[in-house]
Amino acid sequence: MNRLRSLQTVLLAVLREIFDESAYARYLEQHQLASSPKAYAGFWREYELVKSRRPRCC
Amino acid sequence: MTYVREIVSGRVMPCQAKWAEAESCPSSALELRHSGSSAKILTDFNCCYSMPRLLHNATWFALTAVGALAVATIALHRGEQINAMWLVVAAVCVYAIGYRFYSKFIAVKVLALDPIRATPAERLENGRDFVATNKWVVFGHHFAAIAGPGPLVGPVLAAQFGYLPGTLWVLAGAVLGGCVQDFVILLFSVRRDGKSLTEMAREEIGRVGGFVTYAAVISIVVILLGVVALVVVNALKSSPWGTFTIAMTIPIALLMGIYLRHIRPGKVLESSVLGFLLVMLAIFGGQWVAHNPSLAKVFTLSAPMLAILIVLYGFAASALPVWLLLAPRDYLSTFVKLGTIGLLAVGIVVFHPTLHMPPLTRFVDGSGPIFAGNIFPFAFITIACGAVSGFHALISSGTTPKLIRRETETRMVGYGAMLAESMVAIMATVAACVLQPGVYFAINSPAGVVGTTVDAAAATISGWGFPVDAAQMQSLAQAVGEQTLFNRTGGAPAFAVGMAHIFSHSLGGQAVMAIWYHFAIMFEALFILTILDAGTRVGRFMVQDALGHIWEPLGRTSWYPSIIFTSALIAGAWGYFLWQGVKDPLGGINSLWPLFGISNQLLATVAFCVATTIIVKMGKPRYAFVTLIPLVWLVSVTFTASWQKMFDANPRIGFLAHARQLAVSGGNARLIFNDRLDAVVTGVLIVMVALVLLESVLEWVRVLTGRKAASVKEAPFVASRFAEEQG
Repeated sequence: MNRLRSLQTVLLAVLREIFDESAYARYLEQHQLASSPKAYAGFWREYELVKSRRPRCC
Repeated sequence: MTYVREIVSGRVMPCQAKWAEAESCPSSALELRHSGSSAKILTDFNCCYSMPRLLHNATWFALTAVGALAVATIALHRGEQINAMWLVVAAVCVYAIGYRFYSKFIAVKVLALDPIRATPAERLENGRDFVATNKWVVFGHHFAAIAGPGPLVGPVLAAQFGYLPGTLWVLAGAVLGGCVQDFVILLFSVRRDGKSLTEMAREEIGRVGGFVTYAAVISIVVILLGVVALVVVNALKSSPWGTFTIAMTIPIALLMGIYLRHIRPGKVLESSVLGFLLVMLAIFGGQWVAHNPSLAKVFTLSAPMLAILIVLYGFAASALPVWLLLAPRDYLSTFVKLGTIGLLAVGIVVFHPTLHMPPLTRFVDGSGPIFAGNIFPFAFITIACGAVSGFHALISSGTTPKLIRRETETRMVGYGAMLAESMVAIMATVAACVLQPGVYFAINSPAGVVGTTVDAAAATISGWGFPVDAAQMQSLAQAVGEQTLFNRTGGAPAFAVGMAHIFSHSLGGQAVMAIWYHFAIMFEALFILTILDAGTRVGRFMVQDALGHIWEPLGRTSWYPSIIFTSALIAGAWGYFLWQGVKDPLGGINSLWPLFGISNQLLATVAFCVATTIIVKMGKPRYAFVTLIPLVWLVSVTFTASWQKMFDANPRIGFLAHARQLAVSGGNARLIFNDRLDAVVTGVLIVMVALVLLESVLEWVRVLTGRKAASVKEAPFVASRFAEEQG
């Protein structure tokens, strides 16, 4: 049961990282902000260059 | 404090009882290392357990025996059809053995992974791109970045030789080549603060190395985008259902972007689920559109029209803000990709279909209808991703090294994720080979080879010994909701039919085959369009970086005139190759896919040059064979393929011979120009890589003869805090 729970935790963490939810959470924590359209816009301003330069393979 | 370390897993444990065992262990693996003021006692203590070791060895012997049996069954069976599970079992065993033994050898002997050395994710942590991340999370992240449509399309095309050549190349190529490349480049980048392949080439090989890597990357991006766009065009032409579904993904992505930005900020998983449900709705809606005569007419587009629309889309996606279109589509694509790959794996295991394709077809002689040329070198060029892909070196030296928490995790992430990608290629081989060979060739052969009418094509393919008739193809087309399946080149439709075949036998039966087919087409097209928009943007930044040296404003990534100019430049460049493929009477894949394979493998050649140079400079030339063997193989393959594509006298293989044939027969001047252009592009790429190779060899000679000191440009050693945590 514990293993299943830890598997679920890891899986969720993987998805949150792939889908940039973790990056957004880190941004909010760093800047001491609550989630809002304004905060998300700020996150994208800071993160856009990293995200848009990330290559995707064939 | 004294630690005992299991070298490969990297677990660092307090000394105590383990140390006593390790000390008495006869293994020569025991070594002492001093780091800072505290002595670290490093040993591989696997050798110290007698009982588990027996069980451990018995397990590996059993796995080896099963793997050998499976490979022998695949390789030696003739005249009888075999079950797809033999391919799956062979792959699982080969990958397990490769990971357990070969990657461990590389980790311990060649790279000497050090769990005590801090990685850039720890030293330079900034919460944005440098973030120390759990290894499983990095694995998932890395796999999501390297797994694209390549391992799905390449094996489908290479199945024209039969299932055997592609399968053996995928297994051997991945274990001895592709995984090694991804692993060593990842580790070398980690030891250099996450530097890119281009930067490492410039620092370790020389200026030519850096320049050529940059040029190779730009070339591969342009050719790759052109050829994958062609795959989408061929999958969607004259298909109102598929075109409608894919067209709908654009407003769905825009809606997701707005939802994420304004309605539920940052809730990406939530919006991806919503996007996925809307895409599923679009698949069902596509069926209705296909059956509605007036709407079907709107969405029935010719290949040239689709090509124009896709180029415009690529330009728009590059020029629009990332959050609006690129990022939501990327999320949606990744969501669908991970789910579908998992579903396909389950489908193959549950249905365990029989392979109807023979192990070797008559086309091993080089006369294949899909692409011309012998097994050597063309099977190894056609399957790049899934075996060895140079593009992976960009990811291994891009985002991933900045997330790695400990050096020892590079083995699982670099080597392991490539094994997973290789497994995807095996699944694609299965999907292609479950089709009746006649059906497979009817879908994949261009009209220029098999004839322009359905009856002529069926007669030609049946004449090759792969019976197929027009009625059978019509019935299959109806089952999947298409007007026709003849001449649907590019690999995607054949893969979709194979996938629909597997899914419909496992889930839902024949009644839902059309839904599964269009789900597969949507999945591939979504994949590819994501690469088109991300690739156009990456290419745009690379061009802006270069042009910024000529005129500074052009390098500004937020200056709109520069954005529009460089986006148009990149979209126009790959659009040219796409247009060339669309207009090619031989279907385009015959000329463009090998060109893509060559450029991708040439990039891998550069990556192996960099890796070998670093290993030699590390003072470990005796272990340089791990990268030298794949390097020699890739040089033989790519240089032979390039030579043949340029100069072979057969017009179906050689670009120049084809141009001559067209000139003699009064062919279109544009087609003649395209052939010559392809020959020049191939020639330029090969000359550039030859220069890198030469510069690398000279560097090795200088180091090995003592004329140059064996030193590498690594970041200085800093002890990791994670080593203490693991105790």
